[in-house]
Amino acid sequence: MEWETVIGLEVHAQLATQSKIFSGAPTAYGAEPNTQACAIDLALPGVLPVLNAEAVRMAVRFGLAIGAHIAPVSVFARKNYFYPDLPKGYQISQYDLPVVGKGQLSILVDGEEQIVGITRAHLEEDAGKSLHEDFDGYSGIDLNRAGTPLLEIVSEPDMRSAKEAVAYLKKLHALVRYLGICDGNMQEGSFRCDANVSVRPKGQKEFGTRAEIKNLNSFRFVEKAINFEVERQIELLQSGGTVVQETRLYDSVKDETRSMRSKEEANDYRYFPDPDLLPLEIHADFIEQVRGQLPELPDEKRDRFKTQYGLNDYDALVLTATRELADYYEAVTAAAGCDAKLCANWVMGDLSAALNKAGLEIEDSPLEAARLAGLVKLIADDTISGKIAKQVFEVIWESGESADVVIEKQGLRQITDSGAIEAIIDKILADNPEQLTQYRSGKDKLFGFFVGQAMKATQGKANPQQLNDLLKSKLQG
Amino acid sequence: MHTKTLAQLSSGLHRREFSSQELTRAFLERITRFNPEINAYVTVTEEQALAQAQLADQRIAAGLSTALTGIPIAQKDIFCTQGVRTSCGSRMLDNFISPYDATVVERYNQAGAVMLGKLNMDEFAMGSSNETSFYGPVKNPWDTGTVPGGSSGGSAAAISAGLTAAATGTDTGGSIRQPAAFCGITGLKPTYGRVSRYGMIAFASSLDQAGPMAKTAEDCALMLQAMAGFDERDSTSVDHPVPDYAASLNESLEGLKIGLPKEFFGEGLDADIARNIDAAIEEYRKLGATVHEISLPHMHLSVPAYYVVAPAECSSNLARFDGVRYGYRCDNPKDLSDLYTRSRGEGFGAEVKRRILIGTYVLSAGYYDAYYLKAQKIRRLISEDFRQAFQQVDVIMGPTAPSVAFRFGEKGENPLAMYLSDIYTIAVNLAGLPGMSIPVGFSGGLPVGMQILGAHFSEGRLLNVAHRYQQETDWHQKMPGAFA
Repeated sequence: MEWETVIGLEVHAQLATQSKIFSGAPTAYGAEPNTQACAIDLALPGVLPVLNAEAVRMAVRFGLAIGAHIAPVSVFARKNYFYPDLPKGYQISQYDLPVVGKGQLSILVDGEEQIVGITRAHLEEDAGKSLHEDFDGYSGIDLNRAGTPLLEIVSEPDMRSAKEAVAYLKKLHALVRYLGICDGNMQEGSFRCDANVSVRPKGQKEFGTRAEIKNLNSFRFVEKAINFEVERQIELLQSGGTVVQETRLYDSVKDETRSMRSKEEANDYRYFPDPDLLPLEIHADFIEQVRGQLPELPDEKRDRFKTQYGLNDYDALVLTATRELADYYEAVTAAAGCDAKLCANWVMGDLSAALNKAGLEIEDSPLEAARLAGLVKLIADDTISGKIAKQVFEVIWESGESADVVIEKQGLRQITDSGAIEAIIDKILADNPEQLTQYRSGKDKLFGFFVGQAMKATQGKANPQQLNDLLKSKLQG
Repeated sequence: MHTKTLAQLSSGLHRREFSSQELTRAFLERITRFNPEINAYVTVTEEQALAQAQLADQRIAAGLSTALTGIPIAQKDIFCTQGVRTSCGSRMLDNFISPYDATVVERYNQAGAVMLGKLNMDEFAMGSSNETSFYGPVKNPWDTGTVPGGSSGGSAAAISAGLTAAATGTDTGGSIRQPAAFCGITGLKPTYGRVSRYGMIAFASSLDQAGPMAKTAEDCALMLQAMAGFDERDSTSVDHPVPDYAASLNESLEGLKIGLPKEFFGEGLDADIARNIDAAIEEYRKLGATVHEISLPHMHLSVPAYYVVAPAECSSNLARFDGVRYGYRCDNPKDLSDLYTRSRGEGFGAEVKRRILIGTYVLSAGYYDAYYLKAQKIRRLISEDFRQAFQQVDVIMGPTAPSVAFRFGEKGENPLAMYLSDIYTIAVNLAGLPGMSIPVGFSGGLPVGMQILGAHFSEGRLLNVAHRYQQETDWHQKMPGAFA
């Protein structure tokens, strides 16, 4: 039987506010345990929440970016359950009236554009952390994270493969960073994903029973976990079993998912509107104000890159994957003042490879856009060849010098004087009479030999095109 | 000095007839002498009070005082007080010393009032008789065999017995007005949102409201003046201007339209109480008021709606008392579940547990619509009843409670009978309206209270209406003989 996979993702994006969603305590990551938790975060008797307006602004930014309806009135509700790192015994979240309604995101999979629906996005507070080691058999609780603002973004079950799920996730990741509402750091848990996965016989309308997979803290794990889970469900169904609706945890070491709790054990959260907070009213003029402050979004930027720089789909997509990369590319192009495609090749090629190798992000690149532009400029005006440029790149990546200085210092300037090149060719032909005879008697392959000799003699500095042309005419005699 | 009103004490302090330190010592001595009999205070902050009194005297000498500077008051033990145990009448918080002050406490401190101590109350403000306190019941100074009412029973009894000049209370379903009636004092529950709830331990967040309790309406006006106002730390507090409450106290009542809801005078009301209310209304007629019968057709639904909404909110509000971060923790918990169940099982009393159970039930999947949502609909109907009534009349009057103070144990075994003692007070909380209780007579030697209700933010008018009555009568001046 042929099976179809159905995937929906729930993403928790930690909003990049200075203070918590319902208190004035700071949100910075990595502080000593319980040093960033105030009376409100600790849920002392008598304290009350006050909504952080910046978190609302960020949620609205997101809603507008996905073309969603912004609810004029949304409601904070209490989700009641007991857990040691949940100080109030309830989490303040949004339930039946979320701030952001239906929207969508377009993704590119195998060159095809697809639309993934977003059901809703709502504001809520994060819980603290339980620490289960080094406390003489006790557990420790760190409430620094308690009350950190989260935007929970729920997709429609529109994805049909792990690859699509990852494409959606990457697109969403880029979007929240473009919007400046989330730092996107998956290791630190700023951008977390749960995947709802089910399978069904191809052609069947009804969804199969789904499992929710948690603890997916990298794009790679999302892909691997979904693929594992799809295999597991198909095998189970094919051997006559049934899929149980449950929460499963992904174990990245063993590369498998395993059961955490089934639906029967699920809590009754007893949601009800939080009486400590008034309904959140968002006025049309506020929405327009936020709309006016939206940056250029990934899709808009991609389209502009195609028209403005004449890039193809692929290049435009890669270069707009993050705001930082796009900014870098535009800075190179502007400074080089030349061939945008050549700039794209260098940013996507040698620079990306070097960054990858060094484990650096584009914003931490030791080679600034202006210096890379200096190098590209020298290629464009034939001062150096592409091959020499690669050597120069290595040097300026390491040294902090400009390309100009390096080629002068190392005498790498390209030889474009045809007289000089001709002289070199003449000498090579004179030194290799035997090969010349063979070539002229029809052994065309020897052309490469002569090019090699010429490059060797000029230390690679001869303009390749010129060398080719001159060599051809001389060999013909 | 304990027989004087807050207003009289204030003018005495400002005329230097006595100092705040002398006044404070006098009250502290009375507390030492009489508190064992009535158990109104759970904590007496003698040292702090004397230090505050000394500062108040300096402030008065420097001419930087307010009407409350140097006045000894006491806080219901539901308000967080920095460095002082804040128990909320519960074993759960018997060891809890608050690291911060409630907004209400902070405002009284700023006004220069002297805090004598913390007052006993029903556990987490859940009760109408003060019998649910972990610290034992408060006794009614008029007859120590009867209850002082609840939940602000400690506040009412302390004022009635002359153990403080005034006190704070909180009112979720009648917890200021009913004990004020039982103890023969004056109490005001302000409009929801008038006084900040920050630092006031929550029972039912959408109903809880802090208010003043004192001998007279004039004293309540002075107390409310310091308490009221917007607080950015409480999202439900309302940014509405605070009028000068004392300035309007003497306004004429000529032409005042009083509404008497027929639902307040029906079955279940003690005949002697009805006679006392009639007499008070007659007094208002003499002051120029006109009296109109009105109807609040959904009144009978207020108790059932309240006992869905209040427990629902309480079940969630009290979830934070889990034995993990502060408060009572059971000995040697086996595991997490044991820690929760025993800490809460041992830390909470029976009435609190009953309400947590009711609240958990009405919010459960499958019951939410039938109970919680329906109760919210009833709330809107009750609010609408009042809105229409206040288009016809200026204030509504009626009994505060269906009976005078009852005896200890009389209703302890029957929660429903206990809940019905708030039958006249609860609707006001559901509608978020202000209401007062003033003493209007006696029945069998026990005080009778009358309620005065008004539209949103009509506290100034209510205080004026109460004050003019108190200018003509002396019920509010009576003190229980044993404590005179």
